[in-house]
Amino acid sequence: MGVSKTREGWNPYLLGGLAGLLSVWSTYYTGKFFGASTSFVRAAAFVEDKVIPERAATLEYLVKNAAKMDWQMMFIIGIFIGALLSATLFGDFKFQAVPDMWKRHFGESAVSRGLVAFLGGAVAMFGARLADGCPSGHGLSGTMQLAASGFVALICFFVAGAIVARMIYGGGQNGS
Amino acid sequence: MDLDQIIVHLNEILVSLKGIANAVDLELRFGLVTGMVFGVLLQRAQVIRYDKQLAALRFQDFTILKFMMSAIIVGMVGTYFLYDQGLVKLSIKPTILGGTITGGLLFGVGWALLGYCPGTSLGALGEGRTDAFWGILGAIAGAALYAEMFPYLQDTLLKMHDYGKITLPQLLGVNHWIVIAGVSVVFLLSFMLMEKKGL
Repeated sequence: MGVSKTREGWNPYLLGGLAGLLSVWSTYYTGKFFGASTSFVRAAAFVEDKVIPERAATLEYLVKNAAKMDWQMMFIIGIFIGALLSATLFGDFKFQAVPDMWKRHFGESAVSRGLVAFLGGAVAMFGARLADGCPSGHGLSGTMQLAASGFVALICFFVAGAIVARMIYGGGQNGS
Repeated sequence: MDLDQIIVHLNEILVSLKGIANAVDLELRFGLVTGMVFGVLLQRAQVIRYDKQLAALRFQDFTILKFMMSAIIVGMVGTYFLYDQGLVKLSIKPTILGGTITGGLLFGVGWALLGYCPGTSLGALGEGRTDAFWGILGAIAGAALYAEMFPYLQDTLLKMHDYGKITLPQLLGVNHWIVIAGVSVVFLLSFMLMEKKGL
């Protein structure tokens, strides 16, 4: 397997299992379940408080999720630092504006990739807030607590994701 | 780089982080450390890459599913073991089908375009994937748009088919360990199938 791959990742079952243990440990010590998307609302509140404070004060959702450093904000900053350390230590760090798969299909333009990434980020976050969670909050934390919402959301994430990925890249199983 | 050098580097990093961490309280420190470990696990599994996330959505490489489903199996067992001992409180998100399904599908659409999810976009940036930066800005814009539309959504989609904070064991009327065993068996069988197909 993986003849064309330059470098394999470590065993995903082991690493995933460790991530599960980490989550349980976090719940036990701090009562916190993994999540990420609420922090983006806090970031939006932070920006709007600076730019349009009068408007921001009238938005119930931003008032409810006000800009502040909390456990989750530190958690996602930690993800950035942890990935940076690991990538640097294991020689994986590389500035790349256009992913390889994208490049093979749509060329090298960092502008078009950036625009689609921005649009995708906006749609994904709107959806995550409407669903009340993302792959961390619903996909991991929700499912491991056996929440019905976690399983429903996770299935919806993958179904819509697979359909749109097929629309973007076409259906061929052998296409790279 | 040999092990001694790595340890020296890690020590330097820890010392400098300690300076930052002392300024914030314990809960924030736990958040940072938990995130850092999670970031290392995600990076080592290569699941914070656009190519891996799209490969999963295109049914070419299920590394992400293997990672997530393994985390879920361990997480279910650990969480409910502690719950039975009275050591943890659950935090169940409500199942409001209008919001969960519509939002979940919208998330999927955006996810396929971006190729990162909110948590992994930060990790991708840490690996040097600068397209994740535009995704993060987009996500903040998406959150702002949601805040604008929240009053309207609250009276419409978020009122449709609200079943409250319900779990699968409650829904099925069985003990949680039966559900955990069932989900684990399904996941393990999926793993066998994935390995057999070389995905």
